[in-house]
Amino acid sequence: MNERTVAVWQGKVRMRVLSEGSGPALVFFHGPWGLTWDPFLDDLARSFTVYAPEHPGTTPDAPEDVAHLDGVWDLVLCYDELLEALGVGRAAFVGHSFGGMVACELAAAYPARAERLALIDPIGFWRDSDRIVNWMLMDPSQLRRQLFRDPDGDAARTLFGAPGDAEATVAARVRLTWAMGTTGKFIWPLPDKGLKKRIHRVKAPTLVLWGKDDRLVPPVYADEFTRRLPDTRVQMVDGAGHAPHLEQPEVVARMVRDFLGG
Amino acid sequence: MKISAFHLMPHRELPDDFDKRYESVWVTPPWWELADARRVGQYYNWTLDELLYAARAGFDGVCTNEHHQNAYGFMPSPNLMGSVLAKLTNGTNVAIVQMGATLPTSNPPIRVAEEYAMLDCISGGRLVAGLPLGSPMDVNLCYGITPMEHRERYREAFALTLRAWQAREIFPWNGRYYQLANVNLWPRPIQQPHPPVWVPGSGSVSTFDFAVENDVCYCFLSYSGARSATTMMQGYWDVVANKGRDPNPYRAGFLQLVAVAESDARAEEKYARHVEYFYHKCLHVPGVWFSPPGNQDYRSLVATSKNPVRRAENPKDLRYRDFVEKGYVIAGSPATVRDRLREEVIKGLRVGNLMLLVHIGSMPHELTLENIDLLGREVLPPLRDAWDDEGWVNHWWPERLRSPRPAMAAVAAGGA
Repeated sequence: MNERTVAVWQGKVRMRVLSEGSGPALVFFHGPWGLTWDPFLDDLARSFTVYAPEHPGTTPDAPEDVAHLDGVWDLVLCYDELLEALGVGRAAFVGHSFGGMVACELAAAYPARAERLALIDPIGFWRDSDRIVNWMLMDPSQLRRQLFRDPDGDAARTLFGAPGDAEATVAARVRLTWAMGTTGKFIWPLPDKGLKKRIHRVKAPTLVLWGKDDRLVPPVYADEFTRRLPDTRVQMVDGAGHAPHLEQPEVVARMVRDFLGG
Repeated sequence: MKISAFHLMPHRELPDDFDKRYESVWVTPPWWELADARRVGQYYNWTLDELLYAARAGFDGVCTNEHHQNAYGFMPSPNLMGSVLAKLTNGTNVAIVQMGATLPTSNPPIRVAEEYAMLDCISGGRLVAGLPLGSPMDVNLCYGITPMEHRERYREAFALTLRAWQAREIFPWNGRYYQLANVNLWPRPIQQPHPPVWVPGSGSVSTFDFAVENDVCYCFLSYSGARSATTMMQGYWDVVANKGRDPNPYRAGFLQLVAVAESDARAEEKYARHVEYFYHKCLHVPGVWFSPPGNQDYRSLVATSKNPVRRAENPKDLRYRDFVEKGYVIAGSPATVRDRLREEVIKGLRVGNLMLLVHIGSMPHELTLENIDLLGREVLPPLRDAWDDEGWVNHWWPERLRSPRPAMAAVAAGGA
């Protein structure tokens, strides 16, 4: 795997980008719990050149860089600078949760950059009748139960650290908390920051995937995307909560690949 | 030594099973199930009466504070309360200690500068200006401020407030969070260059630094007493020394729960259930709400994750005698309370500006007056000269009130 840190925003925001594979460019935007190179990305890297950037502030040794950004507009411009620096012009965008919102915002700001969009349990909208649960206000055990369909499965263990390994658990806790804080900066207190005003600019065909048992962001939010985007397909993922690419990596990778034509 | 009476204005009649039935005392307690506006009106009036009674009973100051959406202490606007207190204590030497209006939840924050200036004018220069950061429950959960911006907003608002009080010229403020083209405060405070500033904190090192750099009084608002605060306050005094400031005890404030009766045994009879109500119900908040992700900077997050400052015990497992024994509450006869306050709090932590929580949890009005009365008559007078031998000046107290209070005026019968 290749690893490269790019400094954007007048050099003030350092973003590490993990990349692997060959083929057409695919950019993966991670969710509120930070980036881990996982089997899902391995799978995609067999068909694509996968670029997985770290959200500002989640890159090791650069935690405070996120302080230079004030809102979604700044964040979108950062990503534009990043793709420019990577030499990625047009690409497939895949985004999970918060990353799905970022992918959509980027595709709305720069429609020519997004070839196709695959959104996995994305956020970006708000319905009073179907409230999104605030994962930033949960203790780790509660979060684990809400985030995963199987809170004791491999995916949960990878994210939260294996029981018994105190050091790994502390490290995981710091990583998760900080990742939620740095992404939370752009969505607190409700994850509706104006995507509804901008999403009409997205032209790319879109696949919306949702974990059937998502207990954080109800699958009905798929409707918010389908009714606003010109060309959308929705697929539900069995046996998964809010992170289907972690709980069902093969299934989700196949769905994404089929859609992207890899 | 300056000793002020502090009041939270809590719900006094929560149901017995409150902490079993409800998620939290803060943010989400359902008003319609738990409260009645007429009854709450009575609480506000009792609270004002109790603080006014304290003002007449010999306390040096009366303290109010801001919290939102909760049954633990619901003065969403402390300045409304402070305004009543300022007017009704005119002609006395009692300070109006606003602990205070929260800058990050006031938009624009010069609203706080204006209201404090009004209070200083109304009170004839008796205001102490508490400028708190605000709790995450209030600021992040109730008022929607992004946790990662909370401290930055506070610091910007703090600088703006201090400048707005003092500037001789109209100035523009082109901040990151606040932009104002013409800052020209009306009114300005009587106290020059500005009212004394107190910054409450809960032990975070960055607040120690901030308080010392800005030369304000750092107030540790603790509910777990002096013993558990010793290390923390020593940390504060280390920062004071390292930054070259003098060890003036008036640089430090501390909040202590107190309950006085004729004897230690009578104190237990009178106060036990109110103390337990306070710790079991009024502090019933999910632990994670105290630090939502982003509220702590990265360095503090790493430090506290590696060495969690966990209390050895959960207050919900403790009973009255534990709270008293551990010093969470200083309770008993006037002699017991006086001695423990002097040794553990005043001398133990080196505190010149002491705040006493005179109303605890479910305490009824009459018992609160009794507590205040005994404190005023038998506890405060012997403590008043605690620092006189060292000759420090309390720069963090309104100048015209700095000299020791004259002999206490007799409290009229039924004084409130």
